[in-house]
Amino acid sequence: MNFSSFADFIAMGNHGLYVWTSYGISLAVLLLNAALPLLARRRYLQEEARRLRREEMK
Amino acid sequence: MNWTWFHKLGSPKWFYEISGRWLPWLAWAALLLIAVGTVWGLAFAPQDYQQGNSFRIIYIHVPAAFLAQSIYVMLAVAGLVGLVWKMKLADVALQQAAPIGAWMTFIALLTGAVWGKPTWGAWWVWDARLTSMLILLFLYFGVIALGQAISNRDSAAKACAVLSIVGVVNIPIIKYSVEWWNTLHQPATFKVTEKPAMPVEMWLPLLVMVIGFYCFFAAVLLMRMRLEVLRREARSSWVKSEIRTLVGKDA
Repeated sequence: MNFSSFADFIAMGNHGLYVWTSYGISLAVLLLNAALPLLARRRYLQEEARRLRREEMK
Repeated sequence: MNWTWFHKLGSPKWFYEISGRWLPWLAWAALLLIAVGTVWGLAFAPQDYQQGNSFRIIYIHVPAAFLAQSIYVMLAVAGLVGLVWKMKLADVALQQAAPIGAWMTFIALLTGAVWGKPTWGAWWVWDARLTSMLILLFLYFGVIALGQAISNRDSAAKACAVLSIVGVVNIPIIKYSVEWWNTLHQPATFKVTEKPAMPVEMWLPLLVMVIGFYCFFAAVLLMRMRLEVLRREARSSWVKSEIRTLVGKDA
C-alpha cells in the first residue's frame, strides 16, 4: 500500500481532484459503452416479441 | 494453407455461434483485469518522483490511447477486407467498432487534459500529439456520420471503408509525433524493443490495464456485432429460430 491513511488516499497529494475526475468520468464512459448494447438488445427482443405475438393473432 | 476458417468468418451464423461462446470469457476477463489494474494503479503503485500522484492517470490514459489507435487500424483492416472480399461481416465490424473507438479517443483526450493541468500547467496545448489525437476523434465522427447518412447499406459500407483506409495515415503521425516534433508530451511508455524505463511495480499494473481494456473492447464489440447480425439477417431462418428461443426465454 502506497498510502498511510484513507484520507491520504483520497487527497492523492493535492492531486485528488485530477485523479478522481479522470477515473470517475472514464469509468462512467466504460459503463455506458457496456450498458448501451445490452439495453439495445433487450429493446430489440421486446419489439420482436410483440411482432411475433401480433403475427400469431392474425 | 487452409483458408476455410476465413470463409467461415464471412458467415454470420458461424460468427454468431462462436462469438456467443467467447463473449462471457472476454467480459469476465475485462471486468477482472480492469478491477485489479485500477486498485493496483490507484493504491499500490509507487508515486512518481516528479509528478507525484497525478501520474496515476496513466493507468487509464495509456490503455485508452492504445485502444483508440488500434481500433482505427482495425477499421481500416475491416474496410480493406470488405472492399476486397466483399465480406458483409467486415462492414458490421467496422460500423460497430467506430463508436467504441470514438469513446476511447474521448477518454484519452479528457484524461490527458486533466493530467496536463497539474503537470504542464495547461488543459490543452496545440501540440503535435494532442492535435493528431483530436484529428483521430474527428475521423471517427466522420466514419460514424457517413455510415448513418447513406441509406443504401452497400454504398455506406464502401464509403466508410474508403474513409477508414485513407484516415489510417494519421496513425503513424500520432505514433511518431513525439519524436518528429518538439512536444510537451512525454515519449512512449512501452516500446517493443526495449525494457520500460519505469520500475516494474509501476508498469505491471499498466500492462494489466492495457490487456483489460483490450478485453473490454472485444466484449463490447462482440455484443454490438451480434445484435447487428440479428438485425441484418432477420429474414434468414436461423435468425428467426434464434429470435424465437431468445424471446421465449425473455418473455
